[in-house]
Amino acid sequence: MDEETVAVKTLPYADAVPGAVLDADDSGIVVNKDKLVDFALYLRNEEGFDYLSSLQAVDYLGYPDRTAADRFEVVYHLFNTKKGGEGVVLKVRLPEDNPELPSVILVWPGADLQEREAWDLFGIKFKGHPRLRRILLWEGFHGHPMRKDWKEAYYEDDHKPFHSRWPEGHYRWSEDRAPWGDNVNYPQGWDPTGFVPPAPPLPKIHQRPMPESGEKIDTDVIVVNMGPQHPSTHGVFRMIAALDGETVVGLEPEMGYLHRNHEKIGERNTWIMNIPFTDRLDYLSSMSNNLGYVITVEKMLGEKAVPPERAEYLRVIMAELTRVQNHLWTIGFLLNDLGAFYTPALYTIEERELILDLFEAASGSRMMCNYMRFGGVRRDVTDDWLKTARELVFNRLPAKVDEFDRYLTESEILMERTIGVGYLSPEDAIATSMSGPMIRGSGVPYDVRKARPYSIYDRFDWDVVTYDGCDVYARYRVRLGEVRQSIRILKQALDQIPEGPIMNKKPAYSFRVPKGDAYGAVEAPKGELGFYVVSDGSDNPWRYHVRAPSYININALEHMSIGYKVADLIIILGAIDIVLGETDR
Amino acid sequence: MFGSGIIRGLGITLKRTITTYTDDLAKVPSRYINSLDTPSGKVLQQPPEVKGLFTIQYPEEKRQLPENFRFIPMLVYEEDTGKQRCTACGICSKVCPSQCIWIVRDQTKAGKPIPRPKEFYVDASICMSCGLCAEFCPFDSIKMNHDYELAVYDRFPSLILDLEELSVPTSYYAALYPAAWEEEQEAKRIKEERKRARAKKAAEAKAKKAAAAAAAKAKADKKPDASEA
Repeated sequence: MDEETVAVKTLPYADAVPGAVLDADDSGIVVNKDKLVDFALYLRNEEGFDYLSSLQAVDYLGYPDRTAADRFEVVYHLFNTKKGGEGVVLKVRLPEDNPELPSVILVWPGADLQEREAWDLFGIKFKGHPRLRRILLWEGFHGHPMRKDWKEAYYEDDHKPFHSRWPEGHYRWSEDRAPWGDNVNYPQGWDPTGFVPPAPPLPKIHQRPMPESGEKIDTDVIVVNMGPQHPSTHGVFRMIAALDGETVVGLEPEMGYLHRNHEKIGERNTWIMNIPFTDRLDYLSSMSNNLGYVITVEKMLGEKAVPPERAEYLRVIMAELTRVQNHLWTIGFLLNDLGAFYTPALYTIEERELILDLFEAASGSRMMCNYMRFGGVRRDVTDDWLKTARELVFNRLPAKVDEFDRYLTESEILMERTIGVGYLSPEDAIATSMSGPMIRGSGVPYDVRKARPYSIYDRFDWDVVTYDGCDVYARYRVRLGEVRQSIRILKQALDQIPEGPIMNKKPAYSFRVPKGDAYGAVEAPKGELGFYVVSDGSDNPWRYHVRAPSYININALEHMSIGYKVADLIIILGAIDIVLGETDR
Repeated sequence: MFGSGIIRGLGITLKRTITTYTDDLAKVPSRYINSLDTPSGKVLQQPPEVKGLFTIQYPEEKRQLPENFRFIPMLVYEEDTGKQRCTACGICSKVCPSQCIWIVRDQTKAGKPIPRPKEFYVDASICMSCGLCAEFCPFDSIKMNHDYELAVYDRFPSLILDLEELSVPTSYYAALYPAAWEEEQEAKRIKEERKRARAKKAAEAKAKKAAAAAAAKAKADKKPDASEA
């Protein structure tokens, strides 16, 4: 045995698929791209890593110790939904020219949208992906914007702060700096007269329903656009639906209308500047977004940024209040989608308003809270604040939730419209990487707060809510049940909250984060909200990726909609609960 | 029973109507009892006890804002001296996530920097109201204004706020942030007290030293007398 084989033997899973594991350290396993699919199948079938949580690419152009031969890296975060616990991280390194690797879509169908995103933003080809088209940008877009050598039209500096702002900060209107005041780059030698815009994608047509009478009528499938400007799509989201009569036989989700390349902005920002930007992802639950980002960076900062007790309690209180208000909003708007225009939605929004009042008093803003900091929270709450919160949590909210339960859960209209609609089996829910109420509405008790407890969630007594209806009604009931569980956590947290400091030290506006990478996830109201950050040891993140639950939950939209009526499409989408600020990033 | 859902739904609406009236009855003769009356409209607050209608009639009625509410930055100057608190250190423009703060530091004719801003701009059209500038300002100069009615007809130049538009006196700040102002004054008082105490101590020490020196001198002066004696 020579030295090399000995070294390989100590690697994890080295015997499973010979030649698959190239290297390994604390941050992940480097996998040979030719053996990727075999290794993925082994991990899924034998080791139980059935859940592909997050898939992202990183461009290491100019990173210390990296060459053109391993410029790109595709990172897979896998978890076990049955056992929980820490997952496994796979990394595939790719060369600068022709970065290509096999697609894992057949192993984990949840890779679908995420691989398309990596192709769109990084130009990494996934061999075997059935529809490797751009997803957030349009087909005519020039270049792959997340690459380090791609620059936007208003490009000023690689990193903030920009040098033009101080001490000689004579104001310049940014529109003056780009031709025609346009935020667009044109490729060299591009001829606008000869340009033909690419055709929009057409949905794949699935099996058409058989006529009930058995008599065949000669009908056509028609393609109907729902959105992007449609109130029921909850934002600028477009569903290209193929209809046979009223039955949906094909569906193609189109998004990216709100795309602003949040991740590129995140790389330009310093670490702390990203906190207010996370507010703008899922703007209904900014506190959870703050928490997700902050605990991820705290993982990298280590001992230096351990939040004090009171701050941990405040974080949990804010995150759970966020879940309550988000679910109330979603329940209200599900009824709206069913045709109960605004009356039930406004009743649920009343409770949300009172929670937002609390956020406003604590953080200064109702929706864009910007409340969490590395190693603590922004501002302490007063005794009056805690009194109002107690009044709300102990008296008003439980009564209101019971009232909604009484009026809605047994409502014949709601039951008639939602039971059996949007079926998604537990196996499919896991395979397509669903999270949040989507996966728990299919009966899978997967909740990040229980599977990989973060912050101080392991101290509270609460249950994971699951219903195994696998339909829109089950998802509605999961949300209502989660509001109750959140109130349970809130009661304990408000009783136990200690006095003390809220920051572990004086906050700094600029600091360095040790070299390395980290993935942190929280259970946001919409599902697993993950942040993958890479640092090169400087003031800015090298890579900042958001695993957005609204985005990945769309994976199953086509699967859930086929065979239902066009009116059901609205509530199937409504029950996923997407927010386009997060979907499009 | 078929149709019971409809009746129950109507019942909810009826209940809501009645509670709204009973809520209002409690406020007879006026809806504006315990509300602030400002030139721009009545300021109301919705306590969590409200059961009926929640809405208020904006813009005639407004919500009461909490002290920590933040919108667009403002620059505080000392009312008694007219001096800007800002020293043009540039921390706010460095921490600003949307990079909407532009500062020109003042300088002498010889090119030596003076700690005060010559020009100061906030581009309100891209400001994201995050409040990081106010959080990290070491001189308590930049604070978040509560004035959220910023609508104008054009973006440029109306939304580019300059030094004059941003400046507010300390009394304005004290009215918006009573608790923070109280805290600041308290800190100032303690600081001054300490300074005074230190000065007093220093003066005492000086006096003691002087006295000791004088005594020593006197002793030294006396010595010949003693020897004489």
